[in-house]
Amino acid sequence: MKITLFIPCFIDACFPKAGVSAVEILERLGHTIDYPKELTCCGQPAFNSGYWEESRTTAIKVLERLKATEVVVIVSGSCGAMIKNFYPELFAGTEHEEAARTLSAKVYEFSDFLVTKLGVTDLGAQFPHKVTFHDGCHGLRELGIKQQPRKLLSHVRGLELVEMGEVESCCGFGGTFSAKFPMISTAMGENKCGSALETGAEYIVSNDSSCLMHIQGLLDREGKPLRTIHLAEVLNHR
Amino acid sequence: MTPAASQFKKNAIALTADLRHRALIRTALKKYEVVRDDKVSRFQNWQSARQSAAEIKWDAVNHLDAHLIEFARNLEARGTQVHWASNAAQAREIIIGIIQERKAHSIIKSKVMTGEEIHLNEALEKAGFDVVESDLGEYIVQLRHEPPYHFVFPAMHLTRGEISDLFSKELGTASTDSPEELTMIARRVLRDKYIAADIGISGANFGIAETGMISITENEGNARLTCALPKVHIALMGIEKVLPKLEDLALFLPMLATAGAGQVMTGYNTLYGGPRQPGEADGPEAFHVVLLDNNRTQLLADPEQRDALHCIRCGACLNVCPIYKNIGGHAYGATYQGPIGAVITPHLRGLQQWKHLSFASSLCGACTQTCPVKINLHHHLLQSRRNAIAQKPVWWEKPLFQGLAFLFNHAGLFSLGMKLGRIGQVFYPLVKGTRLDPASAWTKSRELPKIAPQTFREWWQTRK
Amino acid sequence: MVANPKMNERENILGRIREALSVPAPVPGAHSGEPPHAVSECEAATHIPEWLPRVGSTFEERLALFRTNAAELKADFVLLDSPEELIAKLREIAAAESWKKVATHSNALTDGACDALDLPVLRTDNGYDPRDMETCDAGISACDALIAQTGSVLVTSQSAGGRALSVLPPHHVVLARREQLLADLPAAFALLKTKYAPGYPSLISFITGPSRTGDIERILVLGAHGPKKLTILCV
Repeated sequence: MKITLFIPCFIDACFPKAGVSAVEILERLGHTIDYPKELTCCGQPAFNSGYWEESRTTAIKVLERLKATEVVVIVSGSCGAMIKNFYPELFAGTEHEEAARTLSAKVYEFSDFLVTKLGVTDLGAQFPHKVTFHDGCHGLRELGIKQQPRKLLSHVRGLELVEMGEVESCCGFGGTFSAKFPMISTAMGENKCGSALETGAEYIVSNDSSCLMHIQGLLDREGKPLRTIHLAEVLNHR
Repeated sequence: MTPAASQFKKNAIALTADLRHRALIRTALKKYEVVRDDKVSRFQNWQSARQSAAEIKWDAVNHLDAHLIEFARNLEARGTQVHWASNAAQAREIIIGIIQERKAHSIIKSKVMTGEEIHLNEALEKAGFDVVESDLGEYIVQLRHEPPYHFVFPAMHLTRGEISDLFSKELGTASTDSPEELTMIARRVLRDKYIAADIGISGANFGIAETGMISITENEGNARLTCALPKVHIALMGIEKVLPKLEDLALFLPMLATAGAGQVMTGYNTLYGGPRQPGEADGPEAFHVVLLDNNRTQLLADPEQRDALHCIRCGACLNVCPIYKNIGGHAYGATYQGPIGAVITPHLRGLQQWKHLSFASSLCGACTQTCPVKINLHHHLLQSRRNAIAQKPVWWEKPLFQGLAFLFNHAGLFSLGMKLGRIGQVFYPLVKGTRLDPASAWTKSRELPKIAPQTFREWWQTRK
Repeated sequence: MVANPKMNERENILGRIREALSVPAPVPGAHSGEPPHAVSECEAATHIPEWLPRVGSTFEERLALFRTNAAELKADFVLLDSPEELIAKLREIAAAESWKKVATHSNALTDGACDALDLPVLRTDNGYDPRDMETCDAGISACDALIAQTGSVLVTSQSAGGRALSVLPPHHVVLARREQLLADLPAAFALLKTKYAPGYPSLISFITGPSRTGDIERILVLGAHGPKKLTILCV
């Protein structure tokens, strides 16, 4: 299968390992990767901030470039939800509405793609650590991804998954919310870090690097030894 | 920033720093989640129940004119006086008029959120009447001269110690740390008030168009007494509260109980279809229903967010909201707190003044997921953001997002930006934490992520 | 000057509603773009019993569910085999709680039972003084139905002695007959319709457990304003 990989801007810049791991995993499964390097961002920051016109400027480029693709995989629940669920809203009543719907139907978040579309759960990975899993809200509630990453983790050799308390609670990132209301965002993040620390895990794994960026930022400030890691990296660890 | 917005920010800063307060709310709401999950699991199909509830409410709200006419006609046919109030001032005037006409003085109230909305207590006190709240939580916050902290659990922010001190100060009772004794103190004080009151004022959870009844849901029996003993019963309700049929309650009563407080059924679910009827033992001589618009028709006029009028005020969205759990109910400065408050307040009280509430959300969607009538709450927050910005963009944000859109559309520039960023982050520690820190909103509590030595696109380039 | 300002506001509100509704809203559950299906209220209503908590089809199953629900609600439920047993049980409660006076209303079930108590009785049928009722130790009433699904007692101002009898005294004792035990809430609303429509009593109440509050630290306290105890004697 020819898989078009959409690498969100912050993964490209700050967390490339997540993208690299996804490429390596999918190629190992025998697929061809197409990386549209003219794409950078899905337009979510502007969209979430109320600037839909500016968001559309970015999103139209995504629509056009991904039009001729077979299937699109995104290594982020949040950006996946943006394209899958919010593009049809963003373009509702415009000439691009149809294109947005067509694209929506062929977009997958990475873990969902592996489990639901490819039917793969064991990637032969090895990661001998105690981990806890954080569900990014967009992946969890917009895309309904809950079991997929857990199924994948259950086949990782040596990995012990310990669920944290209030596991479905938001970590408090929320995009521009984290800068507009840093005090609330931080308080939410403190609760999340607290729940994760209580598990005694060494790693917080997630399918959303944006949450992890916020969580890691808090942990580093507090000098906590807990590390964050993207699911793709764990699944690519051998 | 509007006064409401800056007050909200101030409150949020103070309250998120109050760890005791945060722990109190979190503990209380954890208990809620446990009992709610248990009751939800007793439904044969909770998700279908939600869909049915949403459809019934859709029908009710989208044919509101017909249902209201039927509702009023059926009420009037049994001797109830129906009043229509376009705004808060009219509603207050109608209610005060009824009381003055009866030459009444003392008023007992059961919980009325629309009363909070129109600042009814202040108006009644100013008009010289004696008003007592009878719901225990409402009574406690009334004694403290504060608004309800949560529209289902009004005194959730207080400990038994604080309540005991309050009762000692206001009622002269001995201090106690027993919730039961504290409740009995309130019971004793309020018993006399019910019997002596001339007027009972209640709200309404539902209005039944088909039969001309209001339905009140409560646990304590205070509304039952409020509507039984005084000679006049006045019910104040929002126009959106009508349901088409009596049997719709078979669905809504247990759903309200489950979503609201994790109960199978709330203690008392009572329908009132008129004043005392011939042959009945007791009940008020007169029953007045005051229908309140107060900008609900503004919300109705927005088809995108119209479903916010489906709300049954169960409070479930507050209970699961991570924002609410960290700042509590008073921080909002609005009658309706939490996600539903953030959605409807801009419609009821002005988008530009209250838009900050729609921005104060991580859009996690826990509210939408839990809402028993399937209001698309977090999407509405996004729509309100869009509407607010379309009306009035922030002067520096507009060019910023335009610039970003340009940058994102030119991958070469984006790559260059990353390279420059890598150089920039070497020097960043010089300004970090100072007043010149451009990322201070982030770095006050968090470390910044670093641009990787090799970005993804650089890596991709190398393998070609 | 408008002749009838009250009428005017009614028309103003209805006018604003009609104007607002001139633009249709998407039906719930439909994603934008999907053809909107018409919401049929009747259709939704017919399925309601299938969504609500399960109730068995036999009398025994209903009874067991009612019993479980009552226990969870901290209501006392006693099933008795004859009117004599009911009277004996009532006398037993009266003695245990040292009742000095009870409030009730005239009804086939309550009349015999209350007469047998040999206590002063306040009957609400022809009006009463609430201060007098306040001095009663118990309110004894009949009911319209018991609802297995929720453990609720359905009363109305016609069937249960008015509005206050079931909430003012500290102990509410409900006397019911076995055939009054209904399966679920839809059955209760159907009963109300067949029994009363269109002349409904001015009050219809689903009483589910004794009066309760969780307003102080979310800790359950019984008897917030209404009865601290609810006893259901079913014969």
